[in-house]
Amino acid sequence: MTQPLKVVVVGNGMVGYKFCEKLLTKAGGGSFSITVIGEEPRPAYDRVHLSAYFSGTSAEELSMAPASWYLDNGIRLLTGECVTQINPQARVVVTHTGLQIPYDKLILATGSSAFVPAVAGVEKEGVFVYRTIEDLDAIIAYAKNANRAAVIGGGLLGLEAAKAALDLGLETQVVEFAPRLMPRQLDTAGADMLKSKMEQLGIGIHLNKNTAFFDGDVAVKGLSFTDQSYLEADMVIISAGIRPRDELAKQAGLAVGPRGGIIVDDALTTSDAHIHAIGECALYQNMIYGLVAPGYEMADIVATNLVSGQIDKTFKPFDMSTKLKLIGVDVASFGEPFCEHIPHNTLVIEDKLKGIYKRLNVSTDGKYLLGGILVGEADNYNMLLQMTKNQMILPPSPEDLILAPRKGEATAGAGISALPDSASVCSCENITKGTICDAIESQNLADVAAIKKCTKAGTGCGGCVPMLSDLLTETLKKQGKTIKKVICEHFDYSRQELYHLIKMSETRTFEEVLTAHGKGCGCEVCKPAVASMLASIYNEVIAKQAVIQDTNDRYLANIQRGGTYSVVPRVPGGEITPDQLIALGVVAKKYDLYCKITGGQRVDLFGARVEQLPLIWEELIEVGFESGHAYGKALRTVKSCVGSTWCRFGVQDAVGYAIRIENRYKGIRAPHKLKSAVSGCTRECAEAQSKDFGIIATEKGWNLYLCGNGGIKPQHAVLFASDLDDETCIKYIDRFLMFYIKTAEPLQRTATWFNKLEGGLKYLRDVIINDSLGICHELEKEMAYLIDTYHDEWRVAVETPEIRSRFTHFVNSEEADPSLQFVEMRTQKRPADW
Amino acid sequence: MTNKNITWFKAAPIAAFPENGGACVKYHDKQIAVFHFKQLDKWYATDNECPHKHQMILSRGMIGDQQGHPKVACPFHKKTFSLETGLNLQGEDYCINVYPVKIEEGFVFIGV
Repeated sequence: MTQPLKVVVVGNGMVGYKFCEKLLTKAGGGSFSITVIGEEPRPAYDRVHLSAYFSGTSAEELSMAPASWYLDNGIRLLTGECVTQINPQARVVVTHTGLQIPYDKLILATGSSAFVPAVAGVEKEGVFVYRTIEDLDAIIAYAKNANRAAVIGGGLLGLEAAKAALDLGLETQVVEFAPRLMPRQLDTAGADMLKSKMEQLGIGIHLNKNTAFFDGDVAVKGLSFTDQSYLEADMVIISAGIRPRDELAKQAGLAVGPRGGIIVDDALTTSDAHIHAIGECALYQNMIYGLVAPGYEMADIVATNLVSGQIDKTFKPFDMSTKLKLIGVDVASFGEPFCEHIPHNTLVIEDKLKGIYKRLNVSTDGKYLLGGILVGEADNYNMLLQMTKNQMILPPSPEDLILAPRKGEATAGAGISALPDSASVCSCENITKGTICDAIESQNLADVAAIKKCTKAGTGCGGCVPMLSDLLTETLKKQGKTIKKVICEHFDYSRQELYHLIKMSETRTFEEVLTAHGKGCGCEVCKPAVASMLASIYNEVIAKQAVIQDTNDRYLANIQRGGTYSVVPRVPGGEITPDQLIALGVVAKKYDLYCKITGGQRVDLFGARVEQLPLIWEELIEVGFESGHAYGKALRTVKSCVGSTWCRFGVQDAVGYAIRIENRYKGIRAPHKLKSAVSGCTRECAEAQSKDFGIIATEKGWNLYLCGNGGIKPQHAVLFASDLDDETCIKYIDRFLMFYIKTAEPLQRTATWFNKLEGGLKYLRDVIINDSLGICHELEKEMAYLIDTYHDEWRVAVETPEIRSRFTHFVNSEEADPSLQFVEMRTQKRPADW
Repeated sequence: MTNKNITWFKAAPIAAFPENGGACVKYHDKQIAVFHFKQLDKWYATDNECPHKHQMILSRGMIGDQQGHPKVACPFHKKTFSLETGLNLQGEDYCINVYPVKIEEGFVFIGV
């Protein structure tokens, strides 16, 4: 039997890890014995998303694979071990602890270190580089006693570091040697736009600055520039570029470039045939590739060639297009962003108001895209990159590619279907459109998560994920499959269809519905969806089918961090008596609950343990409170301004009407939450136009606005009808709500529902005012049923022993959850961080 | 599970657990989520802690199946785990421990 080939990998960064992964997959086990030596104390982690460490992502979550992965795959992993010498003649590497490890093939994936400019005073306290988790820990510790950070470097890495400094609450200044930010990716106009965006966010930008020395005694206190200017800073983060780690190679006599980097050929072989270099330490055609995608490509090439034993694959100059979000600002640069020596025409859109700059470089015949720059908005980046890479013919008016689509129009330009199969969709893993579409078809992939798992596309930087979703829809469409939105794998119906079927078949429990209309056992998607439909149709006590409710509905309270719940009693219209306020305070105090006034004019009491909920509600019910349904996809509040009863501008009794509306629709369950408001005059203090249904008083009656919302994508409600009297307004709302409840998709707010409603506002008016479908009588009848069957869920829960007994943490102990932990904050409590 | 000494812990009577749902059992310092998957006529036990944000919560999660494979979804961020193997079904790295369950004389026993 032949001995397995001894492969030694020096460096356990992203590229080193990727190499191991690729070699294992390609070799199928057995033929290699792999040793990985990394000097950092932990296995490889995702350095691209290092900044996420500041916003709470743990080192564990950043990890590429746990130590056990190496063990499970028979890889010998040495962390915290530093290679000090390579002996190419004897083919042995030596580590700082004296280990001698022989190799047949040596892979140098030593990466790079932060480039530290030779500036006097660089050794002072408070001067850091931004490279490893250890660097970050040191920065976080020092930042506790610092106020003002200067970041050296206005490139990609520098701005990443600036974001980190900003996240740490420091006043942040960026210092750049070049006359503009991101000089490698952006032109002057693009960089100017980025600069003003950064300045708006409170980051100071100093260009054309050459640091002469770092000022301070022991600790740094400022930067002195060669133009005699001075910048105060009690902390400095250097993130001005990288320097390839080639010292080992150099000492072993391998050829290195004059400005660093281990020289490699097309097969990533160094000047010694048994040694390869990959990633940021490799110098290919005088170029260091400081991005993860080319590093992965190099790993793939070496692994492929090692397995086949010959040179099957070679490296080619790599596309350096990038897209990233810098402190909330999209920035992208692709193909030839500058076109300095290539004949071309430029197409530029600049919107200083919105902070958007887009530039396309088009070939002189107008047919092809050569490259471009996007700042402020980069939604079309993937498509533009593909058009560039694949030499796709441009549409007749290429400006449509970078103009925001006007409402109602589809995005212009070639769709994803126009891409050739050879187009690389995921450049990190180098996976083509063809591979992805084949996988979707042959393995019946149904969602993006499955595509990621099966093809690995989208698992690197994640930039191509929106494209994966488009590819999925496109491929399924081609197969003639479900364009119909089915609820999930258990129900092959849209919500509207299933709603109708449940009504027709008079099925009343989840099991009955599943047996009659579905398959399998159900899941976390269809269970609450069916629960919501059953509630909208029959309005029975939801706690009777507790296990199909989302956790908030199961415990009739809102789950919060740590696993405690919050309690929100209903306060119709926001009107509350002093006695009720006192009662709330008494209960809150007794159970030590954190108190906060909500946006919907009520009081939220946080931190209740599950077994305390019935006790708390018993006391609240005693003083006349009812469930506020803050936990349900149901009517939340009807907010009001004080209206004509007190306000000198008011023209109608807004509070009185709000109370009437809230009491009418309370407890009604819908596909999503419902919010409402009533304003007493045109000044609109109750913000009714941001609600699912909002009412604004006029001299003659009420104006009714429908289908607005706040949230992720705020949208104003549209004026549906004017000057309505009390009863007509309510009649329209009855019909509208019921129509929405019956036809929306699961978890679709009224605004989204309205946007997808064919025929729009005119159609909605036709249905509800003119009864064009002849369903208004039925809608009113169904609404009347829901109103008549209203019950206070909490009263039922407290009074029904069988329901009440479920409110415990353990089934075999009376004890409260011992894992709950609170800390004090502004004299109240809050859960300890997760 | 083979040849390992299993200690059977008597948790609670069957009726203490909701059908097609979960409940939490205390075993010394441990919290174990127990699920009565009645549709499959099976019982499952797992850690109560969701490894994503380390919350003691899985017993309050909804159960169901993915292509016939039984699973539980964490109420916090809808991370789903196999009730058979404990693996995360969305392809993420963390997983949960699963424990054997047996029913004897109307009581639920958990192998710890």
